[in-house]
Amino acid sequence: MAQSEPRTLFEKIWEAHLVSAETEETPAVLYVDLHLVHEVTSPQAFAVLRERGLKVRRPERTVATMDHSTPTTPGRFVVEDAQCAAQLAELQANCSEHGIELHALGSEQQGIVHVIGPEMGLTQPGMTIVCGDSHTSTHGAFGAFAFGIGTSEVAHVLATQCLLQRRPRTLEVRVEGRLRPGVSAKDLILAVIARLGMAGGAGHVIEYSGPAIRALSMEERMTVCNMSIEAGARAGLIGPDDATFQYLAGRPRAPRAEAWEEALVLWRTLTSDPGARYDRSLTIDAAALEPTVTFGTNPSMSAPVVGAVPDPQSLQEPASRAALERALEYMGLRPGQRLLGHPIEVVFIGSCTNSRLEDLRAAASLLRGRKVAPRVRVLVVPGSRQVKRAAEQEGLDQVFREAGAEWREPGCSMCIAMNGDQLRPGQAAVSTSNRNFEGRQGPGGRTFLASPLTAAAAAIKGAIADPRELLR
Amino acid sequence: MEPFKTLESRTVVVARPDIDTDQIIPARFLKGTTRTGLGKHLFAGWPDFPRDEGARVLVAGPNFGCGSSREHAAWALVDYGFRAVVSSSIADIFRANALKNGLLPVAVDEAMHRRLVARPGARVIIDLAQRTLELEGARVTFAIDPFARRCLLEGTDELGFLLAQQNAIAAHEKERAC
Repeated sequence: MAQSEPRTLFEKIWEAHLVSAETEETPAVLYVDLHLVHEVTSPQAFAVLRERGLKVRRPERTVATMDHSTPTTPGRFVVEDAQCAAQLAELQANCSEHGIELHALGSEQQGIVHVIGPEMGLTQPGMTIVCGDSHTSTHGAFGAFAFGIGTSEVAHVLATQCLLQRRPRTLEVRVEGRLRPGVSAKDLILAVIARLGMAGGAGHVIEYSGPAIRALSMEERMTVCNMSIEAGARAGLIGPDDATFQYLAGRPRAPRAEAWEEALVLWRTLTSDPGARYDRSLTIDAAALEPTVTFGTNPSMSAPVVGAVPDPQSLQEPASRAALERALEYMGLRPGQRLLGHPIEVVFIGSCTNSRLEDLRAAASLLRGRKVAPRVRVLVVPGSRQVKRAAEQEGLDQVFREAGAEWREPGCSMCIAMNGDQLRPGQAAVSTSNRNFEGRQGPGGRTFLASPLTAAAAAIKGAIADPRELLR
Repeated sequence: MEPFKTLESRTVVVARPDIDTDQIIPARFLKGTTRTGLGKHLFAGWPDFPRDEGARVLVAGPNFGCGSSREHAAWALVDYGFRAVVSSSIADIFRANALKNGLLPVAVDEAMHRRLVARPGARVIIDLAQRTLELEGARVTFAIDPFARRCLLEGTDELGFLLAQQNAIAAHEKERAC
């Protein structure tokens, strides 16, 4: 029997989900195992079904939550913004009309869509997962092919459980060595994005591999895969291993008993074969990384916290130079300025990138017994009701409150600033979220992206700070 | 959807690289439940956006449309009046969204891109059947997925094609017991 060609993990998942393969003339028809839905990008898709008299093909493969525009204030059940309230009501009506499971405001499972999928055990190795949200790449941490889609495609999946897709290329990001103390998964992915650039991953699925990736917890892997889109990649992937299986075992939607054993047999085959070829490869040394912060207006503009703001004059290409000049002007930074000690007014700990229990533990480890600097506002927004409960059981809410931080209800909050949580013009914030685009956290707001540890250090110092100085 | 054949228009130029969808339409304008009326919020955070309501072609810096998957970005551009976006590269999700809304994403070579950026308001002719863009007598060919091109030329959408695959989809579900 002929030996089959070695295949990458991505190729295995892709081929298993082909309803029909692509040709020169037509894209592939790709089957979707799990469709996650939220209030902002779905109303117009349900409207398409209504206009055409279509039903949701597989409502039981569709799960909805409310996250983007929900208030995070305690006792938040009145949504004051009339437009947000109407959008939430429309999601409720659409889900009830089509028989779709919805974790509405007030439900014990409500939370950010990319936090609740994994914690409920909905996200599983080998799946195809889509959502009308670019950070769907988060679920790739489990060895699923997970990617963000637009609202027209949300309608396609609702109606047919399929998407038309051209096969993306593959990019291996191999991370050697180990992260040093005080350096986290967020620092790692910021370094990857800086290396690749904003479009470096375009048209590709990134598979993260190597000893530094294997050493990451599932929550850290989610942070890495989450920001794959910030390098322009379609998706990020990590081959499942014992850490993955341990995380999933016993989760409400994970297979049980015999089905679990069967699933394990399949899941253990979901690795890239030795000798499998990637279209491109990149190697990074984890041991060389340091706590990192962005200084500009996209996630690729980052530097070690102990570093300095780059000088636009050092760039040859006029468009890049102009872009950096504009970014520094927007951020209120001078070329050559040291980042350490740059004053900030707000710290946001939350978002689908860094709002899970381990993230909150990391932030709390620095804030325990310390105080937030005077005049700094700190928002801690857990990713889900479940994360919130678990954090409260450990007393993390007390740690945050005693330090002078606000302990909020779950949602996307200040990452996207749709729900009233936002920066004022000119305010500088260290945020554990994923985007520092102009105005992202509120018109005129200045965002410095960083890890939960670095964000907590900034909260204490009232300025960009090195968390290693505070680690006991 | 109206078929897209040829387009002749003057351009609007925004030369910045990596223009993300938060710039094209900020999140505070995503609270609606319809896809109409978003043109008035296009580049809402940019007082210096060169407004030209008669222009149908937007020329932008590389990696246009990166970031969020919000289709509102394509809806806002179309509602404003644009029918094509030209750059040296266009982000994946935005490109897919644009194609579904009759907004043609055109990636040209860097030499042509430089010429377009240097001439705001210049007239261009885009011929989708020929896959060409012409500026002041100079013509370049651009790549576009053949299926997307056919959908645009015919004014049809992908959903019809997918709905016609129901039998194959059902067979796949049966075979994989899903």
